[in-house]
Order: sequence, then C-alpha cells, then structure tokens
Amino acid sequence: MSIASVLLLVGLAVLATMAMALARGLLGPTVYDRILAVNMFGTKTVLLIALLAARSGRSDYLDIALLYALINFIGVIAVLKYFEYGSLGHPHAEEGDEG
Amino acid sequence: MDSLIDVVLFAFLIVVALAVARGRDLFAGAMLFGMFSLLSAGLFLIMDAADVAFTEAAVGAGVSTVLLVAALSLIGTEERARRRSNFLPLAIVVVTGASLIWGTFDLPPFGDPANPPNHHVVPRYLEKSGEEIGIPNVVASVLASYRGFDTFGEVVVIFAAGVGVMLLLGGRKRHRQRKERGL
Repeated sequence: MSIASVLLLVGLAVLATMAMALARGLLGPTVYDRILAVNMFGTKTVLLIALLAARSGRSDYLDIALLYALINFIGVIAVLKYFEYGSLGHPHAEEGDEG
Repeated sequence: MDSLIDVVLFAFLIVVALAVARGRDLFAGAMLFGMFSLLSAGLFLIMDAADVAFTEAAVGAGVSTVLLVAALSLIGTEERARRRSNFLPLAIVVVTGASLIWGTFDLPPFGDPANPPNHHVVPRYLEKSGEEIGIPNVVASVLASYRGFDTFGEVVVIFAAGVGVMLLLGGRKRHRQRKERGL
C-alpha cells in the first residue's frame, strides 16, 4: 500500500468524521453538544491541513495547523466562560468599578 | 483527492450556511459561524492562499466567535420571530449574489500562469527581494517593505476603528455608572 493511498484513506476518514461532527452541531439538542461539535470540527480541520501538508510536502502548512489548534482552544474557552459566568468579563466584574 | 476535498468542504459550507440562516437559536448560529470560518479557511488553504487562511482563521474562527458570544451575553440567545415578509431581502441577496457571480466571469482563470499577477512585477519580487530587503518570505517583504506605506495606512485605519469603538462602548458604560451613583 503506497503512501498516497494511505493518505487518501485517512483523508476520507477525516472527512467522514467532519460530516458526523457537523450533523451533531446541527442537531445537537444541548449547547454542550454544539460546543463539542465545533471543537471536534476544528480538530478535524487541523488534521486535514496536516494531511494536505504531508501530501503536498509543504511543511509550512503545519504552522497553520498549529495556529488553528490554538484558535480553536481560545474560542472554546470563551464559550465555556460565557456559560459558566453568563458573561465574558471577570466573574466578579460587577462588584468592581471598571470591568 | 483535491477536487474531492473541495466538493466535500463546499457541501459542508452550504449546509452550515443554510443552518445559520434557518435557525432561530442564536447561540447555535454563533457556533456554526465558527465552523463556517474554519471551512472557508480550509478552502483558502487548498487554493494556496496561506496568508488569507491565517487571517480567516484568526479573525473568523477566533475573534468573531468571542465577539458573537460577547454580544449574546448582552442580548440573549433567542431570535424574535419576524412578522414581515422575507421577499425583499431575498430579492436583494439574489440580485447581489448574481451580480457578484457575473463579475467573476471577467476574472482571469484560477492558477493560470498567463495571469497578470504572475508576470507583471512578481518575477522581480521573486528574484530581487532577497537581496534588496533581506526577508526570506516574499509575501512578507512585499507587505512590509515594497508596500510599506500601504500597510501603514491599513494599520492606522484599524487603529482608528478600534479607538472609535472603544470610545463609543466605554463612554456609554461610564455614563451609566455615573447615573447609578446619582451624579
């Protein structure tokens, strides 16, 4: 089995996983389903970019994959903070003078 | 494999866009917008526009999600039902989209070596920028040096916009606090 066919198979598997994460994001009864779906979708995008980098031999794509991983993390942190505290500010911002 | 990935990613993009447009839950919309940005950034990357993909991922998927969630914390997550008809907005969107697609027919084909961007000044940048500027990345040396004034103007515009928004939002908050203290 050649490298190219392995990459193709893995790419198809990643695309199928993206489809399933997308379905969960669209249907997801609770908000946590949606948050997890978006997080997983971002992770699969990172994997897809890494696959593209391996396939085209462009290692600078891996930097972009790293950036996506970081951004995905920040977005999820912001959303979870919103659900924990009801706002994006400091949890005790209302008691202080300036938020 | 590239065309397969293109087709699948575009199909995902359409599904996400329809779900955002149809949905009433604003929080789900904000989450799906994050997916939309990741998808379009992936498509930019497949078209070899790595710097555009960087920007789309940082602004679209990163900052926009945070900003949308921050807006939701102020306005709540349920969209009010519309009573007016959707016909006029739909017509405007269809006409705008059709004229944009019509406009793309005048663009040179994607990736054609005979396109103006590929033989006008680019060969000079590729050959000379290394010794003239000394930055290994050609895109960076074009943005930061050959078009330095252009980039400086963009930075000034973005800075002015940021200061304006902060003045508008911060000013209202201080006014409200002063009111609460009875001043």
